[in-house]
Amino acid sequence: MTTLLPRAGTRPPGRGPRTAARRRERLTALGMVSPAVLLLLVFFVIPVVLAFALAFTSARLISPTPAHFVGLRNFTLLFQDPVFFRSLFNTALFAAVVVPVQAGLALCLALLVNTKVGGTNFFRTVYFVPVVTSMVVISLVWMFLYQKTGLINHLIDTFTLGHVQGPDWLNDPSTALPAIIFMSVWQGVGFHMVIWLSGLQTIPADLHEAAAIDGADRWARFRHVTWPGLRATRTFILITITIDALRLFTQVNVMTQGGPLDSTTTVVYQAVHAGYTQQQTAYASAISLVFFVLVLAVSLIQRFLTREKD
Amino acid sequence: MATTPTPAPGPLRRTLRRAPGHLLRTVLALGFVFPIVFMLISSFKPDQQIFADLGSIKAFLPVGQLSLDNYTAVFDRVPAGRFLLNSIVISAVTVVLGIAVNSLAAFALSRMRWPGRRLLLVLIIATLIVPFETFALPLVWWVNKLPWLELHGFQLAFTEGWLDTYRVQILPFVANAFSIFLFHQYFQSIPKELDEAARMDGASWFGIYRRIVMPLSGPAVATVAILTFLPMWNSYLWPLMVVQDENLRPVMVGIQYFFQLNVSWGQIMAYSTMITVPVLALFLAFQRSFINSIASSGVKG
Repeated sequence: MTTLLPRAGTRPPGRGPRTAARRRERLTALGMVSPAVLLLLVFFVIPVVLAFALAFTSARLISPTPAHFVGLRNFTLLFQDPVFFRSLFNTALFAAVVVPVQAGLALCLALLVNTKVGGTNFFRTVYFVPVVTSMVVISLVWMFLYQKTGLINHLIDTFTLGHVQGPDWLNDPSTALPAIIFMSVWQGVGFHMVIWLSGLQTIPADLHEAAAIDGADRWARFRHVTWPGLRATRTFILITITIDALRLFTQVNVMTQGGPLDSTTTVVYQAVHAGYTQQQTAYASAISLVFFVLVLAVSLIQRFLTREKD
Repeated sequence: MATTPTPAPGPLRRTLRRAPGHLLRTVLALGFVFPIVFMLISSFKPDQQIFADLGSIKAFLPVGQLSLDNYTAVFDRVPAGRFLLNSIVISAVTVVLGIAVNSLAAFALSRMRWPGRRLLLVLIIATLIVPFETFALPLVWWVNKLPWLELHGFQLAFTEGWLDTYRVQILPFVANAFSIFLFHQYFQSIPKELDEAARMDGASWFGIYRRIVMPLSGPAVATVAILTFLPMWNSYLWPLMVVQDENLRPVMVGIQYFFQLNVSWGQIMAYSTMITVPVLALFLAFQRSFINSIASSGVKG
């Protein structure tokens, strides 16, 4: 990179060696950031701008006629589509259940594993196995487990001594989304446990000891030492679980294709269905924009609610 | 335990007190691994036996007629070797390019002085709030229009559209704001005096990057490698939309073939095992790095 620059001897008169070094530093820096900047421009900035632009056109993935401006037509169609409202509702419901349940369980797991007894590492690793396993594979395996005569129903049968008959989980509109929620929490909880754990390890042990000497019981120590010490971790976990939950797609695509009776369709699933299956890029862009606004609004609200109050 | 008539001696008492916690931890551990154990075990069983074993503990035990039949059937059914090779190539190239491109950018952003570097860093970090799904669909449209220069014999020719290529599965994921951020954080912790001393000795900036900063950044490189590799290996939505050519498809998209015509769960479990075991093996071998890398994505969020 530096060979492109003029050698010291060819430096124009009147400029000191320091200016030349500065100029060289600048040019080298630009050379170093340019691959990343160029790639981000082509594969991030332009597509994001396109999402905004195409949503107001008639663009299709493959089309003999060029796209033209159609104003708000895609949005009017979108807001008249009951399936889209269903997808908004399902996505919101999924997030509303997954966020508190997964965050809470992850914290319980972290507290359970974070002991001096030993074995922390072993259990942490085991609980983490689903996190490194692909969601596609997990969805496939659980699809089998959730069958009418599958393993889950056999377990229910065994533990209730035959008193409860499990439903056909994924083919029943009332149980399909809960089944996906359960599996998603099972898959993701190890990830957030690890994040809680790293938060727990930042709390100085002396604080706990001091509280114990003062006679604080376990709950009081959790309430007054652990919980305040997890402030930053809490905010981070809240925001990441929410955004992840709103992105729900893979499980639905593998396990139910949005069915039965649209009971598991989601916003991202609708966008992919429109933009890829039906090749309506413009309509899909409109859905993507609504999705973006949703994500942005939720994370701004959460940031506002969890802001430093002092 | 408080009702124990004669107080147990110290060590035994401690063991008893810890027993419920250990029991709970163990039961939970079983809860987290049973589907994966089930997948592994079932991949060696014929379909009828998988169903027959469901009602008992045998579902998790390697008993009955065990064979590799499901695996041979998988290779007859889909080009599984090709899918694995594609995923390895795509993940490996993205990891290598990603480390180079993002660390170079982070180096310039954290250790060199030039106008606009603070603004650029802020802009790059700001992109993190936009999920991929927001622009995935417009991106499909866009890559379908992108040109590429190809050599036909001795003639260069422009082709249009990136669908059904390796590059469409690699290039969009090379530059990564989060990787740049991680490298930037790590580079900040390396003393800048090292650069100054090297400058005095006549080292170029690229030389400082290559000979001083990068060799000291092993943990950051490992973190970025893991955080790039996992989503690439597991990627599903993107290749589903942009690759139809069987010769270029990665492993996760390959599952579709198992739901056409007669569904065999034994084969599905065998294929799932094949595409999961490499990652699980890597994870178990480097579990500390894996977990620390993923936990590091939680720090300073």
